[in-house]
Formats: sequence, C-alpha cells, structure tokens
Amino acid sequence: MATQAFDRTPQAPAESPDNKPYFDGCREGKLILGKCKDTGKVFHYPRHVSPFTLSNNVEFVEAKGTGEIYSWSVARGKEPFCVAYVKLDEGPIMLTNIIECDLDALACGQKVKVKFRATEGDGAPVPMFVLA
Amino acid sequence: MKNPAYIVGAFEHPTRKAETKSTAQLHAEVAYGALQDAGLQASDIDGYFCAGDAPGMGGLSMIDYMGLNKLRHYDTTESGGSSYVIHVGHAVEAIIQGKCNVALITLAGRPRAEGMQTGTAVRSFGAGVPDESFELPYGRTIATMHAMVATRHMYEFGTTSEQLAWIKVAASTHAQYNPHAMLPKVVTVEDVVNSPMVADPLHRLDCCVISDGGGALIVARPEIAKTLNRPKVGVKGWGEAYKHQNAGGIDLTYSAAAMSGPMAFNKAGVKPADIKYASIYDSFTISVLVQLEDLGFCEKGKGGQFVQDGGLISGVGKLPFNTDGGGLCNNHPSNRGGMTKVIEAVRQARGEAHPKVQVPNADLVLANGKGGNLGTRHGCGTVILERE
Repeated sequence: MATQAFDRTPQAPAESPDNKPYFDGCREGKLILGKCKDTGKVFHYPRHVSPFTLSNNVEFVEAKGTGEIYSWSVARGKEPFCVAYVKLDEGPIMLTNIIECDLDALACGQKVKVKFRATEGDGAPVPMFVLA
Repeated sequence: MKNPAYIVGAFEHPTRKAETKSTAQLHAEVAYGALQDAGLQASDIDGYFCAGDAPGMGGLSMIDYMGLNKLRHYDTTESGGSSYVIHVGHAVEAIIQGKCNVALITLAGRPRAEGMQTGTAVRSFGAGVPDESFELPYGRTIATMHAMVATRHMYEFGTTSEQLAWIKVAASTHAQYNPHAMLPKVVTVEDVVNSPMVADPLHRLDCCVISDGGGALIVARPEIAKTLNRPKVGVKGWGEAYKHQNAGGIDLTYSAAAMSGPMAFNKAGVKPADIKYASIYDSFTISVLVQLEDLGFCEKGKGGQFVQDGGLISGVGKLPFNTDGGGLCNNHPSNRGGMTKVIEAVRQARGEAHPKVQVPNADLVLANGKGGNLGTRHGCGTVILERE
C-alpha cells in the first residue's frame, strides 16, 4: 500500500520582530537556529531570549538542514499529510511536515533534509523535510 | 481528622449535550449540585477556583453570576484539563494558610453543542502566541501531537496498538454500567484497531469523546468536614508540574506526571503499590499509558504489558481505572477531563461508585490530570485521596 502525501499549502506564519531572523532566513532558503552565547547551546524555536539563561545574549546561526525523524503521525482524511518532529544534526528537535513521501512507509530514524515550502499569500516560506 | 482538607462535595453534570443551557448556567448547576452533595449553602463558599472554560475575565463573571459574596480567596490557574486537579491542591494549601474555609471548584462547557472538532481541527490561542508561528503552518492538531507520543513510545519500547486498545476496552467495560456514558457499548481490542485511523497510530476508538457538561468539587477544612454527614475523603497528597518543548530538547516518552506524581506520593507518604484505584486522564489511550508509567505504577516502557489482558479492569486487573468510563467512553466536558477524574476518585473513596465497578475498600485512591498538549506543552496535577 502506498499513500502519497497531499501537497497542502500551509497557512502563513505570523511574523514578529521576535521571530524575524528566522523567517528572514526562510526567505533566503536558510534554516536558522537560536544560539545562546552564555552557554554555547543552540535552540529551536529561535527567539531573542535564551531559553537556557533568560538573557538576551543570543545570536542566530544557520543549520545544515539535515536530520532524522524523531516522531511522526499522519493526519488521515481526504487530504492526508505527515506531521513530524525532526531532530536536526545540530541537536534541536523541531515540529514540521514530511512532504513528497509515501505516508505508509515512514519510520522514526529516517534521514531527512530540509525543503522550503511556500505558504498562503505573501507569507514566509516554511521549512519542511523530504527523505534524504 | 488527620488530613489538612477534605473533599466534601462532588457533582458531575448528567448532560452530555447542552443545547439549551449556557456555559455560565452549567457552572452554576454543578456548583449547586456539589453544595447539595456536601450539605452546604452557597453562603458558605469563601474560596472560588476556575479555569479557562469560565466565561469572562478569569472567574469574575462567574462570581457575579453565582452571587458569591463572601469570597476572600480566588484562583484561576489555567492548565487546560489538569486545572481542576491542580485547583484541589491549591485549595488545600489555601485552607492550610487560612485563606478560606470552603473552596468551590467548577468546570463546565458545551463544545459538542457548539460543533467543535476538538481533536482534528487546527486550534489557535490567538495573536501573539510565540510558538504558534512554528506550529500552525504544519497543521498540527491535538490528535497528531498525541499520536507522535504513541509513535515514539512504540519505537523506543515496542508498545503495540493492541496494547493501547486494552485501555479503551477497560474503559468501555466500566462504561456499560454508567447510564450517562456516551459510549456504553463494550468494545474489543479488534474493534479498536479496526476503527478508522485518525492520526497514525491512533484510531478513532483511541480518542476520547467530545461532550458538554461539567463538574464541581467542594474542599473544606477539617473542622467543617467533621460536621457534614458524608464519608470523610481527605486530600493526603498533591503535586503539580509543567513540561514543554525544552528549547528543542523535547522527550515525548514522558509527561509532567513524572514530576507531579512523586510530589504527591512524597507528601502522602505512600507508594504507587498502595493505591487501590486510579483516575487517569484519558484524552487518548496513549495519554493513559504514559501517565501510568510516570506515576510509578509500572516501569517506563512497560505500560503496554501493564494494561494488556484487562490490567485496568475493575475486579480483573492490578489497577482499576476510570470506573465511570472516563473520557474515552463517558464524557469529556469542555474538552477538559481533570474534574471528572477527581469526581470518580471521590466516588470510589466513598464507596459510591456503581456496585459492578466499585473497588472493595478503596480507602486510598489517586487522580491524575493532564492539560494542554502532551506533544508540546502541558501541565499535570496529581492528588491522592484517603477515606478515613
């Protein structure tokens, strides 16, 4: 059995000064992580505050865009699609969709790579993943 | 009277579809029901607790609607379906500190009458929620997020869909005796795994019902509980904890009950093996499995073996659970199941559950609530109740 993932058009993300570095990166095809300069640790989702120390001593760094499926589910219905948590090679786990895939052949641990997908209207593209 | 406070009143609204009643009216009806149960008057209430299901700013509109005139303590801690379990702990602490004597906790809502697609629609809390920019574009729902907890549990521990199905089988076995249950039909493991897939690996019958209704509790100090003509159900232990995505370090294999449970057990001075009955929040079958492990009823990863073959069925298994049918079969008022968890635990402790599911001498019982989303951010509240 094979069920092709429905190619849905995501709703546009709400942008704000806080998440601007991330979505500016998306527009340039870059996947951005937050980095706490107090601890040297990277984090998702990026924000102007360190979730490790609460200081604003943060910077924004580009991730390689590769990782593996940490967990997944398929929203069944007429237009089925995969919601997943992907563990990036840099460490953080991010919520995303696995696209252009057979929904009946997904598994934790599968290697994936980022692919940006346009959203509704003039919204920023968002990172999704395809099997590597 | 050896506990710091007592649950003296408990009431569950019998409705499951409230087309002709307002949410405020339902809150007031359950409050009155709990007062009647306790043998107290509205004028005795000096503490009020409610959460996000109450219409208006916090609880102010409900205080107005119900005409509560003697309040000197008020708490609107909002943690989704776990709020009311957490409120019990807060009420006990308020009583210990002398802030109130008689605390009322209410929950009510009508998502079914309003046609809400609770688990399968993409829900937003409105503008400015920082995480939603990173979630809404991916069409995440309550069902898919809980499903990912199940996927990971299966991957790490070998848990099966059949084992999860046993949780529903146990709930349905109990629900057949509840005249108010939405789904009173006993189902089999095959029924569950053959029901339509909603969000892999969760089937329709792995999901709780959507219902209207509500419930209320009254917590009172020992001096007042002593004067009432009801069984003495003391709050022996309580705990609350919160878990989130941890900056990208989320671990889906456990819930906040891994922290709230030990707090409650330590306070009560008892062990999981001492508990005769447990109400466990059951938004989905997987929610129950994870909480059972986190509360220490079995080892992490062994929940599947613990629940299979009727492990949760009253009179059959090691740990009778949700003898009212729970959220999976009875009701899930306002999409928030913590209140009804405490209410059925009180019934068991009093010996007032249905005779077919009453646990003999249930003098030590537990209720655990989970609210928010198990796959993103949530809170858990645990209470341990003792009948004296």
